[in-house]
Amino acid sequence: MMTAATIAPVAEQPLMEDQLFIPELARIVKIEPIAALEKVFTLELPRGRSLEHRPGQFVEVSVFGVGEAPISISSSPSRSNGNFELCVRRVGDVTSALHNLKPGDRVGIRGPFGRGFPIESFRGKDILFAPGGLGLAPARSLINQVLDERALFGRVIILYGARTPAELLFKDELQQWAERSDVELLLSVDRGDETWTGNVGVITTLFRHISVYPRNTVAITVGPPVMYRFVLMELFGKGISEGNIYLSLERRMKCGVGKCGHCQINNIYACQSGPVFSYREIKGLEEAL
Amino acid sequence: MSLNTIQKQAFSGFVEQLMPHYRVVGPVVSNGGYAFEEISNPAELRLDYPTTILPPKKYLLPPQEVLFRFDRSNGAEITPPPQPRPTVIFGVHTCDVHAIQLLDHVFSNGHSEGNYLDRRSRSLIVSIECLSPCDEHSFCKSMGTLTADEGYDLHLTDLGDAYAVDVGTDAGEELLKNYASVSQGQPEDMQRLNAVLSEKWPRFPYRLNFDVSELPSLLEMSMKSPLWEELGQRCLSCASCTNVCPTCFCFDVRDEVELDLRRGQRVRAWDSCQLDEFATVAGGHNFRKSRALRQRHRFLRKGKYILDAHKHLGCVGCGRCARACLVDITPVGVFNELYRQQEIGGRT
Repeated sequence: MMTAATIAPVAEQPLMEDQLFIPELARIVKIEPIAALEKVFTLELPRGRSLEHRPGQFVEVSVFGVGEAPISISSSPSRSNGNFELCVRRVGDVTSALHNLKPGDRVGIRGPFGRGFPIESFRGKDILFAPGGLGLAPARSLINQVLDERALFGRVIILYGARTPAELLFKDELQQWAERSDVELLLSVDRGDETWTGNVGVITTLFRHISVYPRNTVAITVGPPVMYRFVLMELFGKGISEGNIYLSLERRMKCGVGKCGHCQINNIYACQSGPVFSYREIKGLEEAL
Repeated sequence: MSLNTIQKQAFSGFVEQLMPHYRVVGPVVSNGGYAFEEISNPAELRLDYPTTILPPKKYLLPPQEVLFRFDRSNGAEITPPPQPRPTVIFGVHTCDVHAIQLLDHVFSNGHSEGNYLDRRSRSLIVSIECLSPCDEHSFCKSMGTLTADEGYDLHLTDLGDAYAVDVGTDAGEELLKNYASVSQGQPEDMQRLNAVLSEKWPRFPYRLNFDVSELPSLLEMSMKSPLWEELGQRCLSCASCTNVCPTCFCFDVRDEVELDLRRGQRVRAWDSCQLDEFATVAGGHNFRKSRALRQRHRFLRKGKYILDAHKHLGCVGCGRCARACLVDITPVGVFNELYRQQEIGGRT
């Protein structure tokens, strides 16, 4: 078994030397509310610089005077057009301040940080996505990358759950995925409403509707800590191995480079060795989930 | 390299020569104890101090520092902080020299961090050999920090009427050449140095009941020890232990705004894994909710995690956390109790 100590931190990112805490000023190109608490921000870096991120990485976003928060990148590198997107839930000081900004305003950006999904190793495999709630935001970056390179992968199965129909994110894209013959999309909500005709129940109730070939399946699950334990049980129940299950762990990173201590999980820093981990890498880490 | 000496009567002249060119800091009498402070007169320096509440770390990683200033009225203009002042830190004990070597690794390894490294590169360390234990809480001998072979620019050993001076770096050599009046050590100085060092050794007790090389594996085996729960019951979560620690480097980053709500600064401030909110994420989930888990994290960091990541132990045996703790949680007590529990087969 791979032990925690052998998880290699991500290779160095091209940061300006010693300018770790000085953000770049990105311009807000577009703000699109997509649910009661979530808006999608399209951002443009100065001098036409491309973010050059991998799906699963995050940036530190600054609203000067309020602070900085780590936010996962929601757009796919394959669709960057020089811009990138962040799906931000209004939940704290920085995210609330972000929600009050207008197109044309500037925010600080540092990053991208962390280790994203090892997408190259997913090629040829069936991919089972199981994001919950806001977990679709980082998962969408990978989903769209996979869809843009669709021929390189086997089946694409997406199980997505939210608390209510109104809280389902990226509904336009959900619709597009639902219409594609090469994507198997199943949705669920914890509580339906008068318009909802789909599955009602937590995300784990969707697993009984699918079958997978476990030896050729990679599972990606992103969601709140409480969700992981239950989703993992379902994935093991399908016979998918620990090394083929990937999760993204949320922590409140203050620096992004393994120094501030906030994201430490036992002996590893989520910002450097993660936030994306295979389950095999973290299963021995008591503080991970 | 040969032995140099500075006569004690010439020592204040050395310090005085430095003062126009450097901020000079060192141990001084303060509030009935001792503290590292900037001095304006060489006579303030007390190189024979036992210990201080805060380590000299504060000159390299200040409790709070400005990372940059911003002005929101001008398209979010960002101004980096001014260059740090060149500083000579006198009287650094060898435990703190080891701690600074760890901090150097933390802030230069991987992504180098300019705010620390700028300050560090403009700081010179004049350490001093400890000749007797500061008090019953220090356990430097057990941690292997009772002496230091590197990490200083100059290292002093009190020979009575003179200091033996070891040169650790070219910058230290320059400092001596430009500002001090040193003598070539004589054979009798060497004899005195040997005598002083051989007499000091037995004055320091070993306080761990096992060799420090066993500490990382001991901690790894003790993840499930009932001791953590017991510490959690006592711990007040006050963070005094981490505030006084010479190796703690965790920090918070936050914004401060002036009354015009336009201008402000982003600051880095010391933070503590012992505080309730340290590992809390948006939405409120706390990954180390109990004081027991936070204490365990602290000791695992000190004796294992930091070593794994940075090749230096995270504890240098200075005893500051033990002195500061209001409920008598001490590293010596914790490490020895874990060792006792392991010795009797993990049963307690």
